Amino acid sequence: MNILDYAKDHILFLDGGMGTLLQAQGLPAGQLPERWNLSRPEIITRIHQDYYDAGSHVVSANTFGANRLKFSSEELDAIVRAAMAAVRQAAAQSTGTQPKWAALDIGPLGRLLKPYGDLDFEDAVSIFAETVRLGVKYGADLIFIETMNDSYETKAALLAAKENSRLPVFVSNAYGEDGKLMTGASPEAMVAMLEGMGADAIGVNCSLGPKALAPIVERYLQYASVPVLLKPNAGLPRTENGATVYDVSDQEFAQDVSRLISRGVRIAGGCCGTTPAHIRALTQAAAAIVPVPVTEKDMTMVSSYTHAVFFGEKPIRIGERINPTGKKRFREALKAGDMDYILKEGIAQEEQGVEILDVNVGLPDIDESTMLTDAVAELQAIIDLPLQIDTSSPAAMASALRRYNGKPMINSVNGKQETMEAIFPLVKKYGGLVVALTLDERGIPDTAQGRVDIAKRILSQAARYGIGKKDLIFDPLALTVSADPGAASQTLAAIRQIRYELGCHTLLGVSNISFGLPQRDILNGTFFALALGQGLSAGILNPHSQEMQKAYHGYCALMGLDTGFEAYLSYSEKYNAAQPALASGPVGSDLHQAIVKGLKEQAGSLTAAMLKNTPPLTIVEQEIIPALNQVGQGFENKTVYLPQLLMSAEAAKAAFEQVKAAMPAGNAPAKCPYVIATVQGDIHDIGKNIVRLLLENFGYAVTDLGRDVPPEVITQKVVALHAPILGLSALMTTTVPAMEETIRQVRKAAPWCKIMVGGAVLNPEYAAAIGADYYSKDAMEAVRCADHIYTQLMQKRGI
Amino acid sequence: MISLCSFPLPPVNRREALRYAGARAETPELSLLLDAVLADITPHLQGKVCWIDTPIRRQGDILDLGFAKTNSAALARNLVGCDRAVVFAATLGLEFDRVLARYGRVSPAKALLLQGLGAERIEGLCDVFCEKIRQEAQKNGCFPAPRFSPGYGDLPLSLQRDIFRVLDCPRKIGLTLNESLLMSPSKSVTAIIGLGHPRESSCSGGCNQYSKTDCIYRSTP
Repeated sequence: MNILDYAKDHILFLDGGMGTLLQAQGLPAGQLPERWNLSRPEIITRIHQDYYDAGSHVVSANTFGANRLKFSSEELDAIVRAAMAAVRQAAAQSTGTQPKWAALDIGPLGRLLKPYGDLDFEDAVSIFAETVRLGVKYGADLIFIETMNDSYETKAALLAAKENSRLPVFVSNAYGEDGKLMTGASPEAMVAMLEGMGADAIGVNCSLGPKALAPIVERYLQYASVPVLLKPNAGLPRTENGATVYDVSDQEFAQDVSRLISRGVRIAGGCCGTTPAHIRALTQAAAAIVPVPVTEKDMTMVSSYTHAVFFGEKPIRIGERINPTGKKRFREALKAGDMDYILKEGIAQEEQGVEILDVNVGLPDIDESTMLTDAVAELQAIIDLPLQIDTSSPAAMASALRRYNGKPMINSVNGKQETMEAIFPLVKKYGGLVVALTLDERGIPDTAQGRVDIAKRILSQAARYGIGKKDLIFDPLALTVSADPGAASQTLAAIRQIRYELGCHTLLGVSNISFGLPQRDILNGTFFALALGQGLSAGILNPHSQEMQKAYHGYCALMGLDTGFEAYLSYSEKYNAAQPALASGPVGSDLHQAIVKGLKEQAGSLTAAMLKNTPPLTIVEQEIIPALNQVGQGFENKTVYLPQLLMSAEAAKAAFEQVKAAMPAGNAPAKCPYVIATVQGDIHDIGKNIVRLLLENFGYAVTDLGRDVPPEVITQKVVALHAPILGLSALMTTTVPAMEETIRQVRKAAPWCKIMVGGAVLNPEYAAAIGADYYSKDAMEAVRCADHIYTQLMQKRGI
Repeated sequence: MISLCSFPLPPVNRREALRYAGARAETPELSLLLDAVLADITPHLQGKVCWIDTPIRRQGDILDLGFAKTNSAALARNLVGCDRAVVFAATLGLEFDRVLARYGRVSPAKALLLQGLGAERIEGLCDVFCEKIRQEAQKNGCFPAPRFSPGYGDLPLSLQRDIFRVLDCPRKIGLTLNESLLMSPSKSVTAIIGLGHPRESSCSGGCNQYSKTDCIYRSTP
């Protein structure tokens, strides 16, 4: 019988602890338990059989750590084969009369994924995939992914299971006492992601005893539409007469877990410290409990690596600024691969309170797939908001969805058959809340009813892919009111019908309504408020627009969606504070002082004010550079500390940004290209970032390749830019060889390039020994050194 | 048995944090920036520690730590008179790295201060843990040696692999080791605390115990 069919009407019992029992049998701490599948199969089989005898339906093979990070391919194959055989044999020998299944057990890899660890996401998928294929080969009935404490690694494992088998997949995460995974995800975030990707059952195991896990289990039960599983520890361990004992007895364990089965848990077993006695007590205690039906939770949600965002009565703001349309500066940043610009747009919107960020990096002449995937990876490294992945390219969409750490919004599908066929399979595979535009092959219907009809067709088509209405959000499209005075009212009517007749959520890109009219913000804000009044669930908007924020905060305050007016009061305070800033501040040599003191905001606003009556280059030459020189000399004389030097450099940068904005494009002063990177294997980049900031201040066109950069990538960039200077950083003795190799490759391909190095492990002698031209002990010395190289270069060219 | 505990972090030593960041005095501007950094990071800091108690045996020049053997002379000196040791791993958690990465994108000055603060915080966590060990050891008439980490003196960094295996760090406290033997989260420490019979010893040995006098981070002349 198929396990999922059986589970529809029965409570499914899993097995209990394995590692703790093996240690009791003499497995030394720190040794790999999977090797016992080969060397002590009789012990492994005996434990499995004890669990089957105790009433377990599912026994997990001893493959928790069976992966190629720990074992060679040959040994891994033998270990999985022996592990599955042991479970089969145990089932055959067991006296238990219950149906029995054998699970391939998959635990975490023990390595953190990039960007905070060094394991690439695709490598993780491939490592899990190898184990999954072996499990299938040796007859597993299901795959049990467990004890995962990182959402991204969980995604990699689930993806590997789905792509390499058709077996049912149960996914279980290990939560800390704070109710989060080690890398920050909440239970709701995990429910959103795992259900979206099609896990057959989800839940929690390890870490804590059943009482302590109960609140987390309750949250799963509240949000999950698939069966919830629970596999707690036997409480907490302590040492008694030299042996490890757990503080929850088998009877107490059985009572606690049974209570949660009565609350709705459908699959239960034990983890560390639990024994066949615990499972026997549990199967007996829970035997009479009538399974609580698993119900569809009609909740529309997306998630990031930390939290879920729910669509409901309270409107959701989706920041629209990460989008090159109509933004010259953004397009330039994209073409230059300037990720910092995109990230700053993201952070600025987060600071304005948006709940979700739209990410669109489509330009005709860039590799959108790579750019979008990189942007998603970089954004989710430093911003914890869910993302809305926005592209018209299905290939770019697939690539970005794969790398996203959570359940994203997907923008978009529409009523065109071709689009639905391209996008719905991606939604099904990776999970997501998909934006559906109410247009089709014939365009956008003029009437509300026409758009609602398209929405209905999209709903029925989605259902064929197994995508329910909670995972669709409709955009009834705002057409320009200047072209058609009835446009706004048709859109508003469509919102109301879709929300209240179809029971679906809606969203709008609000600003299109005012196209072609002056003071668009006024119209946009009013239209947004009207749409909210008709039941709009979310707006894609510019969060820096006061009119939008006014409409949002006013609506929430008036509709009872802002408890105690907290958000409104806080917004009104900020609103008041924002007003005087519009007046111009003092002008003059205060700028020099602001830079010396490291006051970033002041330096920016003073420069903006000065630019009204002073030529840009005069400000640079008479204010910014002298201030920087003063601070730089202070640093060299040890009267200014490094953090102060940096504060001044940031203030100068803020001033430069104003200057650049005021100058004609392509006319910004730059000395020469300068390529900078932290070498392969090294992830330290604070020092490198400091050097970069100062070099930019002193006029170099710096291309920053980031950290952990392979020699070939650095070499290619130096050649492509014909850069006269390369700066390399390394902080660890273990990565100096990578620096040496980089120097060797650059020498060969770009003999003109002068190479300077720095970092904690280097000194002048060491630098010379690995073939560098220059060594800089700190950031100011790097600037002096670059100036020296630059001057020589100019002299050579006779300038 | 691997023990596991979350500890409250001690009050911030601002002077120490600034010293790690390269500033020997707190100017008003630095003070404001440090306040901003503290406001951002404080809610995200954890203080997780996992540890084991292990016997120490000596076979000639070889030290047998129970889970690994080493011939490090520096560790042998550190463990003179000790027949047991506590081996621990401590971390501030991954959110620190996230905030640091974010600062790296928008403000190198804040990144530098946070880096200094992180060093101060993880040392503070280790001090809190060592104090707990000292108090417990004292009840048994034992005294702790100064904590000693892989990479100190001639104790190889590769011992990290053994420590991570025996402490099950990824599962217990979410601490992982990469191929270059770097730890993630970055603000983490592993160390060995020898436990021995009465002698002149303290948990926080400070910089004076080391001979490298030109270290820029040295706290005392």
